[in-house]
Formats: sequence, C-alpha cells, structure tokens
Amino acid sequence: MPENKHNLAAGNVSFWNDPAKRSLVFQAILFLAVFAVGYIIYQNTQHNLESRGITTGFEFLDAEAGFGIIQSLIPYDETHSYGTTFIVGLLNTILVSALGVFFATILGFLIGVARLSHNWLIARVAAVYIEIFRNIPLLLQIFFWYFAVLRLLPGPRQSLEFADIAFLNVRGVYLPSPVLGEGFGWVLAALVLALIAIFFIKRWAKRRQNETGDQFPVFWASLGVLIGLPFIVFLLSGASLQWEIPELKGFNFRGGLTIIPELSALLIALTIYTAAFIAEIVRSGIESISKGQTEAARALGVSPGKTLQLVIIPQAMRVIIPPLTSQYLNLIKNSSLATAIGYPDLVSVFAGTTLNQTGQAIEVISMTMAVYLTLSLLVSLFMNWYNKRMALVER
Amino acid sequence: MKKIGLVAAATAISVSFASASISADTLSTVKKKGYLNCGVSTGLPGFSNPDDKGKWQGLDVDVCRAVAAATLGSEKKVKYIPLTAKERFTALQSGEIDILSRNTTWTLTRDVSLGLNFAGVNYYDGQGFMVSKSLGVKSAKELDGAAVCIQSGTTTELNLADYFRQHGMKYTPVVFDTSDQTVKGFEAGRCDVLTSDQSQLYALKIKLSKPNNAMVLPEIISKEPLGPVVKQGDDKWFNIVKWSLFAMVNAEELSLTSDNIDAKKKAKNPEVKRFVQSDGPIAKQLGLSQDWAYQVVKQVGNYGESFDRNVGKNSPLNIDRGVNALWSKGGFMYAPPMR
Repeated sequence: MPENKHNLAAGNVSFWNDPAKRSLVFQAILFLAVFAVGYIIYQNTQHNLESRGITTGFEFLDAEAGFGIIQSLIPYDETHSYGTTFIVGLLNTILVSALGVFFATILGFLIGVARLSHNWLIARVAAVYIEIFRNIPLLLQIFFWYFAVLRLLPGPRQSLEFADIAFLNVRGVYLPSPVLGEGFGWVLAALVLALIAIFFIKRWAKRRQNETGDQFPVFWASLGVLIGLPFIVFLLSGASLQWEIPELKGFNFRGGLTIIPELSALLIALTIYTAAFIAEIVRSGIESISKGQTEAARALGVSPGKTLQLVIIPQAMRVIIPPLTSQYLNLIKNSSLATAIGYPDLVSVFAGTTLNQTGQAIEVISMTMAVYLTLSLLVSLFMNWYNKRMALVER
Repeated sequence: MKKIGLVAAATAISVSFASASISADTLSTVKKKGYLNCGVSTGLPGFSNPDDKGKWQGLDVDVCRAVAAATLGSEKKVKYIPLTAKERFTALQSGEIDILSRNTTWTLTRDVSLGLNFAGVNYYDGQGFMVSKSLGVKSAKELDGAAVCIQSGTTTELNLADYFRQHGMKYTPVVFDTSDQTVKGFEAGRCDVLTSDQSQLYALKIKLSKPNNAMVLPEIISKEPLGPVVKQGDDKWFNIVKWSLFAMVNAEELSLTSDNIDAKKKAKNPEVKRFVQSDGPIAKQLGLSQDWAYQVVKQVGNYGESFDRNVGKNSPLNIDRGVNALWSKGGFMYAPPMR
C-alpha cells in the first residue's frame, strides 16, 4: 500500500525536508520577488520621469500627428492621431513581412530543390546563389537594392513605359488600379461560390478515387471553376470594372496604383536573403529522407514529379517546418531595417518619428516591442499547429 | 536605426534605476570625468562636421568648446557624440550627453514635455526649400504634388505638413534618417524638393556633386530658433551653458576677440574688466574659476568670430549675418549684461 506508506512518511518528515512543500515555498518566494522587482522598477520609473519633467502616459496617442507618411494601407493624413500612425506603421510592417514570407518561401523551395537537381548547371547556380546571399549582411543588401540598383532608373519624365498603362521610374512602379463599378459584388460572390465548389470537388474526387481507383484532374478542374465562374458572372453583370491608368501630371504620375521603391527594395532584399536560408533548410529536409523512399516510389511506377510531391516533400516537411519557422520570425524582425531606407514601417514611423515628436520613449518602445513579440508568437503558434498536423502519424 | 532602439532601451533602464543621477549635478560629474560629452549632428558643414583630420568644427561645436573652456579650462576637453535627429533627445534625457548642441529648434512641446531646457539661441533660422534648377520652379507655391525629401523626427517634418495643408497642396514625404541620406535621395531624383532649415540647405548644397544645378527658393515658412539644450532639473548646469553662450555674444559687443583679449586685460572700461576678471562672488556661485569668461573668448573666440569662421564670410557657406547680427547692428543677437 504505497499511499499509506507515503502518508506515514509525510507525517514523520519535518516541513523543510518535504520536497513538495519546500518547492512550493520557494516558488512562492520567487514569484513574490519577481513581482516586487517589477513593481519597484515601475514605481521608480514613474517617479524619475515625473521628477525630470518628462510627460508620461498614453494620452499622446490621441494627439494630432501632423506629419505625412508616404504609404498607408488605411486612410491617413496629417490630421490623424499618433494612434493612427501606430496602425499605419503596423500595417506596413505586416505588409512587407507577409509578402516577404510568401515570396521567400516560394523562391527558397525552388532553389532548395534546384540545389539537388541532377542537372549540374542548375545545381551549381543554386549553390552559388545560396553562398552569395547568405553571407552578405542584410543591411548591405538593402542598401545595394535601394541605392545602387533602383536609383539607376530614369526620372518621372523619362519613365519606362509598358503598353502605355504601366510606368517605371525612380519614384516607383505605377500600375493601373481597378475601379469597381456597380454589380461587382456579384463577381466576389461568385468567387466565394467557386471556392466552396472546389472544396466539394476535392472531397468528391478523393472519395471516388478511394472507391474506384479512378483519378480526377482536381487541379485543372478547380482552376477552371475558380477563373471561369467569376468571369461568366462578370460578363453577365455588365462587365462593370474599369481601370484607372496613371497619368503624368505636374511633377509625377497621378492616379493608379503606386509601389514605392522603398517597399520594392526592402522586399527584394528580404526575399532574396531569407530564401537562401530557406533553400538550405529545404535541401537538408529532402536529403534527410532515405533514398529507399524514392526507389520504392519509382519501383511502383510513380513519376519523379509525383514522387517529390507525394512521397518526399510530405516527409521532409517534418524536418523543414521547425527551422522554417525561425526563418519566418527572422524575416519579420529584419523588416525593421526598413528605417535605413525610409520605408514607413512600425520602427520608422512609430518608434522613429512619433517617438521623436512626442518624446514618449518608454511608452513607444514598449508598444513596439509588444507588437514584434505578438507577431512572432502568432507566427510561432500557427507554425506549431501546422507542424503537429504534418507530423508523422504513427500507427 | 538600431541605435535609436539601444538609446531608448538605455533610457528606460537608466531612468528606471539611476534615481541618484537626478540629484548629482552635472558640473561635478563633468569635472570628475575630465571631459564634456557633447551631442552633435552626424555631420552638417558649418554647424558640426568633422574636418579632414577628424576634428569636429562648426558653430554648434563652438558652444561645446566654450562650455569646456569655462568649466574645465580647456576647449579641447570635449567628447563629441554624433546623433541623428531621432536619437538626440533620448541621449540627453538618459544622461549619455551633458549638452545637446545640434541645430535643435526651440519649441513649446519640446520645452515643456521632454524634461529639457533650452539654454538660448545661437542661430536664428527658418525653413526653406531647395529644388533643382531644371524643374523650373520659382516659388514654393508651385510645389503642388511634389515629392519632398526630409529628415525624420524634425520640426521641419511638421512645418512642411502645415505649409502644404495651409495652401491646399499635396505632397509625398520621403523620409530619411540622416541629412546625408536626404541629400542622396534628392540627388538621385527620388524627390523634387529637399526641405530643411535654410542654413542647412546652404550646407547641404555644397555637399551636392553639382551645387550649381540646385537653387534655394525664396520662401521661409517657419521660425527655427536653434540653440543648445540641457537636461531639466540642474539649474547650476543650465546657468553655466546659458552664460557660456552669453559670454560669446557679450564679448562681440565689447569687441573682445581671441586675439586682443590679452591686451585688454588691463583695460579701464569697467565692463571689460568685469568680463576679463569676473571678480567677486559671481564666478563662485556659477561654480567656475575667476577667469571662465576670459577662457571662453581666448580659446574659442566671440560669437562673431565663431560665425565668420564657421558659416559666415570666412567659410565656404558664406551665409550673411542677417538676423544673426548683434542687436546693435540690426540683428536678433542680444545677451543679458554680465554684471
């Protein structure tokens, strides 16, 4: 009867010699100590800020900002508040991070697979790419793309033209922007409908393959539905979409969609730099799969493409995902190098200009740190969830 | 960039723990260190810029040298710390520097909410615009829709927004960290206009590879009184910086220069006498030696000398004295009497 024995023993052991009680006490003391230190720091900071005449608190977020920002995803002008500059900077950070993660993943996978290609030339080009871009500091690469490459573009009046609707110059890329007319809502509805249809097609195809063994070209069918359905609705609803084409007026192009060179340079640098790391992760992931897997698949008559898609990559993903998560986190944090070239990200707009205009260093810096922490934790959470899903289900 | 984060983190930490430093006075800290930490710009010809031997020079640098001469007896005992516009106030608040002498505009917000004190004005400036001549623009009112290069975290950024709003015009702000990057952006054609304080425009213009292709527009859209800044809560230090600057201005008024001040030591003029050998308890109350004002003028020169040497007629900038002339000569420069 172990339980009784334990009780007996506990009764005899003094309070300090019982490991369970002792660890509880120590944990309580540690918790109190951490709390007390935190409280002292807070109090002290408050006191010192006050005695130095530095304004504290978050009231500044409601004050009018009074400065312009070159790119904002939400309506913003000088009359908006510092709180809005925070959102503008945050969205710009998320924009460049999301695009960066997207492109770096695609490029990284392509290069990683190319590195293992049997074609000598392709494999060498991939290797050279990885070694070059992995070993040059990111800041230098950003400067290179911004100051050396993009600066060679012509001025607004000598812009490079593409069929008279798109323009490229030192101030950025100018594209026609869609102007949605009435009835465009139907097209969006059709798009949603198409997505739902694809979901069911996929389910149906899988069931049919399980039952009869016949394969259905899911990919092509889905693509057809995805493009075809909205297009038919678009025509039926009166083709209510127009394009606003940028025009040279005064100093520069107006109208249309503008991609500022600061975004392009940062995005190119982040993508190319991170892709080099992702490529190595993909390569090591694929190499970790035993050669027997490929041979077995080939012996069954599975094509090389399908082998990679259905046998190798799914197994390699288990090795790839954890380090891939780190690369995504790096990319998000590296996007703060934006200030070096004036891309209006969170650090540049909020921890830079807003901090300087208001002088609220502690509030602004803690908000900025909280944002990066939250973003990183969210990505990490998502990737862990995805990792669990991809993990090998052992039977 | 990264530095601003560091500086801000340093403030957070030092503000958190160093409650003692608020009571410790800057003068004794400086004397103990043996040198003065002076925050300057990252390089602005005429105001604070290292020369080809790496020695800092300029109108703002002369304020640092004057304070060092007054407090430590030697204008050489200064450590210059280059700061961007974004970093400067945090550096001062955290005690990383003893004086900020970096073309900083005196504004109400900065005076009351940052825990800082402005110790006077050493240059009266105003914001202007520089464009390239090929643009064919003659006035700032023709700038509707222009892309404007600008340094981040400055009053300039706010004035610009105000000006365009007031005149119902639109602009694209292209914001850089340092004035160097701003010039690069302007040269590369990233923007049509560079805006800054007029004095800076002249200084930046000579940095261009083809200075003659650019021109400064006639409009001045703001008041920019520039001067040294100290931390709030140390009146003694505040007084020392203030009066080091006033000593330079007063010396010009009394026609005392670094060359003739030795000869004037025995002058009969009571004002000059007070200046050269400030006898009585005043020097002691300032916490300085008897000859502090003499040292300032002997080692650094009077305000006029400093102006001519750095930004005026003896410098490549060749800026007119204009409103920065002495009050007796039609300008704004006026220092309280030393008595």
